[in-house]
Amino acid sequence: MSAAESPVMRPRARRRRGASSRRKRFDRFGDAALRGICILAVLLAGGAIFGVVYEVIDGARPAISQYGLGFLSDTAWQPNFNEFGAGALIFGTLVSSFVALAIGAPIAISIGLFLTLLAPAGVRGVVAPLVELLAAIPSVILGFWGIIVLAPFVRDTIEPFLNGTLGFIPLFGEPQTTGSSVFTASLILTIMIIPIIASISRDLFQAVPRDVQDGAAALGATRWEVVRGVVLPSTSSGLIAASLLGLGRALGEAIAVAQVIGAGSAIHASLFMTGDTLAARIANEFPGALTEMHQSALFYCGLILLVIGLASNLLAQMIGRRFGYAGGAMR
Amino acid sequence: MSGPAAVPDPAAPLTPSGNLRRRQAVSKLTEYAATGAAVLAVGVLAIVIISVIQRGASAISFDFLVKGGPDGIGPMLVGTGVIVGVATLIAAPIAILIALYLTEYAGQRFARAIQMTLDVMNGLPSIIIALFIFGLLVVGKKQSGIAGSIGLAIIMVPLIARGTQEILLLVPKAQREAADALGVARWRTVLTVVLPSALGGIATATVLAVARAAGETAPLLLASSTFDGSSYHLNPFEALPNVPIRIFQLSEDPNPEAVAEAWGLSLVLVTLILIASLSARVLLARSKRKMGGS
Repeated sequence: MSAAESPVMRPRARRRRGASSRRKRFDRFGDAALRGICILAVLLAGGAIFGVVYEVIDGARPAISQYGLGFLSDTAWQPNFNEFGAGALIFGTLVSSFVALAIGAPIAISIGLFLTLLAPAGVRGVVAPLVELLAAIPSVILGFWGIIVLAPFVRDTIEPFLNGTLGFIPLFGEPQTTGSSVFTASLILTIMIIPIIASISRDLFQAVPRDVQDGAAALGATRWEVVRGVVLPSTSSGLIAASLLGLGRALGEAIAVAQVIGAGSAIHASLFMTGDTLAARIANEFPGALTEMHQSALFYCGLILLVIGLASNLLAQMIGRRFGYAGGAMR
Repeated sequence: MSGPAAVPDPAAPLTPSGNLRRRQAVSKLTEYAATGAAVLAVGVLAIVIISVIQRGASAISFDFLVKGGPDGIGPMLVGTGVIVGVATLIAAPIAILIALYLTEYAGQRFARAIQMTLDVMNGLPSIIIALFIFGLLVVGKKQSGIAGSIGLAIIMVPLIARGTQEILLLVPKAQREAADALGVARWRTVLTVVLPSALGGIATATVLAVARAAGETAPLLLASSTFDGSSYHLNPFEALPNVPIRIFQLSEDPNPEAVAEAWGLSLVLVTLILIASLSARVLLARSKRKMGGS
């Protein structure tokens, strides 16, 4: 049989083998090509980050050599006299962001608790996307709304109230006439960071094993005691990471803050005075910065912001990863 | 407490007293507080959207949408479309390839490094991206829409990559194994099995990123902000009029006409973004369900 068939079969078999090896070669090429362009894309993303760091340092170089580290503490900012210092800006950045975090984080964590433990499924399905939609509103519109709607309300209602009741604390000084203040900026930032922290904390709370909570409840713990004794302790590191991510967002927000903070250049104890942040100063002044030193000083501000922002971001990732909550799941 | 252990009175009604009542009151109070927080957030969203609609609606008319400045916003809308469109063309392929590399090729250690890179990229303040674009593409040259697009692309890449990665991980292992068992090469599996079944999810992740990028102002601030809004421009190699920058500029102008135009622009932008992001969310939830995810 085989002897009779072989003369007929052989050429065909060889041809098939030829085709299959050609195909194999093509496949090997295809595999390498796909892998190659994937790696290229990854390198491009990594390169973009190094590019960002390089460009910012490069732009800041003249200001760094001119002002050195004194730039960080100097509070003078007079572009006409080539005098620049970021002290007041760093102060404003930290104060506005931490006030936003102090107001926003408890609210956001409460929303996470509400969504996982209290809300019936139907309500959850509506409220959760609505809270996330808050993050979809562009910052420039939130800032514009802040100027026209929020700032007058803050000036006429919230600030006089806080000044009247808590005025003995220097934080709550006399309200100013414009409504532009560090406090207004903090409120806008609060609105921006709530959806970030709320959606992460909701994910965290959902991951707390149900039976541990039921066990606490079976021992007679009230709902709040279950939260305080089981849910919050087991998610605390994740909540810290989430808050740091929110903080990072608040530190770097330029546009909305530039619109409502009032671009003041001095350090005030009162939140109701104008102030400015690193990011907002760049947004406000860079488009009109004419001298090289002015631009470079703004680049220097960007460098400081980049360092603070990277630090909080990496810290958040480290805490998140170390305690089993992958930063990748955070958006 | 004093005296010997009190013998409970069997006739007493079963209502909590003393410590237990306090604990239950505290618990109820925190429940109200948590509900209140959710109501507050939804309320703020409602207030923002209602004030935009209320103040913006009167500005909207056909002429307003299609005419050039100062009477209309047509050039701004088209310019934003071009800038965001080009940004999507740049960002989507890169992001999808990164996600493919993460799910199909990367070893654990390398995957973690890439993930970290994406997270850092996602956390970059957008004003820093503006400085980068300025230093790289604008300084010594002129502003251009494409410089703005590249800035927006940096914001979009991590968003699309993450969404794509989530969807790719949902592609059933059995499909890949079936292809492997048939001796199909890896790249053919990826292109003909994995990507097609993830296509819906990738598209929605892209739409979400577009919705986010369309409202970003800072990356355009130094790249495409000195424009002529009175006529239509399409060439991405010159500065293009666009909506976010226009709102930013108008918001510093106390003139009532400027304020009215800014509200009109805000309404148009918010409407587009909310429609895109709502429909993307609905589609995303559906395609995840279809693929067996949660």
